[in-house]
Amino acid sequence: MKRTMKTLVVACGAVAVAFGVAAGTTPARAQGKTITLCWAAWDPANALVELSKDFTAKSGIGMKFEFVPWTNYADRFLNELNSHGSLCDLIIGDSQWIGGAAENGQYVKLNDFFKKEGISMDDYMPATVVGYSEWPKNTPNYWALPAMGDAVGWTYRKDWFARPDVQKDFKAKYARDLAVPKTLDELKDIAQFFQGREIDGKKVYGASIYTERGSEGITMGVSNYLYDYGFKYDDPKKPYAMDGFVNSPSAVKGLEAYKELYKCCTPPGASNSYMSEGLDAFKSGQVALQMNFFAFFPGLYKDPNVGGDKIGFFVNPAGPATQATQLGGQGISVVSYSKNQAEALQYIKWFSGGDVQKKWWALGGYSCAKSVLNDPSFPSSAPFAKEFLQSMGMVVDFWAEPSYAQLLQAEQKRVHDYVVADKGTAKEALDGLVKDWKAIFKEDGKKF
Amino acid sequence: MNELSASSRITYRAVMVRPGVARRIRGLSDKTLAWLFITPTIVLLLAINIFPLLWTIYLSFTNYRANRANVPTIWLGADWYQSILTDPDIWAAMQVTAHFVIWTVVIEAVLGFGLAYLIDKKFRGHGLWTTIILLPMMLSPAVVGNFWTFLYQPQIGLFNYVVAFFTGRAASSFQMLGDVTLSPWAIVIVDAWMWTPYVMLICLAGLRSIPDYIYEAAEVDRASKWRQFWSITLPMSLPFIMLAVLFRGIENFKMFDMVNLLTGGGPGSTTEVASITLKRAAFESWRTGYSSAFAIILFVTVFGLANIYVKALNKVKSR
Repeated sequence: MKRTMKTLVVACGAVAVAFGVAAGTTPARAQGKTITLCWAAWDPANALVELSKDFTAKSGIGMKFEFVPWTNYADRFLNELNSHGSLCDLIIGDSQWIGGAAENGQYVKLNDFFKKEGISMDDYMPATVVGYSEWPKNTPNYWALPAMGDAVGWTYRKDWFARPDVQKDFKAKYARDLAVPKTLDELKDIAQFFQGREIDGKKVYGASIYTERGSEGITMGVSNYLYDYGFKYDDPKKPYAMDGFVNSPSAVKGLEAYKELYKCCTPPGASNSYMSEGLDAFKSGQVALQMNFFAFFPGLYKDPNVGGDKIGFFVNPAGPATQATQLGGQGISVVSYSKNQAEALQYIKWFSGGDVQKKWWALGGYSCAKSVLNDPSFPSSAPFAKEFLQSMGMVVDFWAEPSYAQLLQAEQKRVHDYVVADKGTAKEALDGLVKDWKAIFKEDGKKF
Repeated sequence: MNELSASSRITYRAVMVRPGVARRIRGLSDKTLAWLFITPTIVLLLAINIFPLLWTIYLSFTNYRANRANVPTIWLGADWYQSILTDPDIWAAMQVTAHFVIWTVVIEAVLGFGLAYLIDKKFRGHGLWTTIILLPMMLSPAVVGNFWTFLYQPQIGLFNYVVAFFTGRAASSFQMLGDVTLSPWAIVIVDAWMWTPYVMLICLAGLRSIPDYIYEAAEVDRASKWRQFWSITLPMSLPFIMLAVLFRGIENFKMFDMVNLLTGGGPGSTTEVASITLKRAAFESWRTGYSSAFAIILFVTVFGLANIYVKALNKVKSR
């Protein structure tokens, strides 16, 4: 018995030594530090894992990743931040979180760090700095480094558009060539044209748009119409004064137009669609047009069935008032409850490097650095690069107030009730939204 | 020593090793011993049930928000209660909940009892059929939610094709989850599919508890099968049916997971049951004080209704 025990102890010791030696060969273990980065589970996150290997090799700091699907992303990480959890050392949080995270002390303020390390916000696209880093907006108070530029764009079936029979039918019906839509009206015509059409013996549909109720889907979709029709969150001269801006007659028309598109031209069962449902509809060859975030476009372009020559990209078309699009994307922040803040800041410093940003774009992430985006070769670097650049010049974001979640839920309910559930009129929906938002701001102690 | 059994040897050794402890335990009164045993349970109950409940009651009178813990907490009195009870959206959510609870409970009770009645008759392979019928309730609600989302898919979903087969309508001409009229029924169907076996199981226990001699006496009295059913089977299994209804009623009043997965409360707010509204207020809008008040209102409602129901159940049992 004694002999067996002795053998066992020796064997365990040998295994432990072997593991120790193996672990010791990686620099991360050598320094003994590992930091955790939290983000959504999607294609760019995989690119970031790949990119971060360089950081580990250079710094010796190991990287762990906590990725959560988009549908649970906000719930999971806002819970984590609100409970002062230290799971995440670094977080790539949604743009709308910045107000709450800054005011509730959940993110580390980065101004001093940026100054010390020579990181300048002038080196990043202005829209991304305002959208992902600043709180209060348009003030030099930075809580994140712009990490992942994103906006809503559109994909279309280039191969279907190129078919002579389709071209002929379209011209006969609309007296113009079938081409990438420049206005929202043209987009609706195209979607209506494809709705129910047979292509290669299969019934196809017009467009996949955002209609999801539970998180933020329908708001992220309808905004692209509302902005183009003249919707504004508040009076530019009087903050939080929303009457006549949120529910202006033109905004009402924008909401009606979105509902018309939903009713006329989406596939059956598209009453609760967001990013993944849009991808499914497009990849399975169901729809001619798809509304989705640029972040998915590298993956779609590589898709063996609908990618390559079969797919085209375009920016959100213009409306009667302007041409704008919904901002997506995120900045990277250091969580103030992290016990590894120094290492997390080291990561941010490394991530801001010019070469790293170039590699980030090459791997499938969307850099916000001017050094990448203003490079003359950028527009031709990917089939959607030009459109991305154009979109980033016309983005508008949702409220980033600390009460953003409440504001978002109110819009989700009002818009979904009108667009999908046919409850009331567009005017009633937007009037109701103003009422809800006023109540929320009043509860927040805002004066308007 | 050799004569002792294994368990006696262990006891003997324990006593031998720690005579002081043994003596001390022997000196304790029954009451003290009882307290000694139940104290850990009481402490646990206080920590994880009673304290959170009291804390929730306190929070329901304040403006507290879990995401803004650094903002001073202000006492609001019964403001939240008043605002909730006069909010038309809350009443709409309560109506959706009532529709869901009433229909699921009625359907599950009727079908569950019917199935139990059939299964109770011994037939070839009834064990296998019982197992098959019980399968849905063994699944996780998350699985059921996702699974039925596919079944209800208008283009590829089996449900639409089955309906299309019997009605002659095109399968993609209707959406169970996206239609304002159909979606409240879509969630009722899924819940009934999943939980009817549970009601069946309870009813089956009720049917099997009826002594055979009562039926034998009825046979002697030449009572028809129909009469036996109305005068023996149904009255004697009624307490069990009522118990199943109570369990399902309470469960469905709190329903969240399955409905959230199937419809997310949509389209619009058509299937937004009270617990979805509560979850949105508590963990999306972070209105902790408000949602605490709402949770207390829901708790009192369920507790009150359940109490009235239990009294009725006791009356039936005492008959």
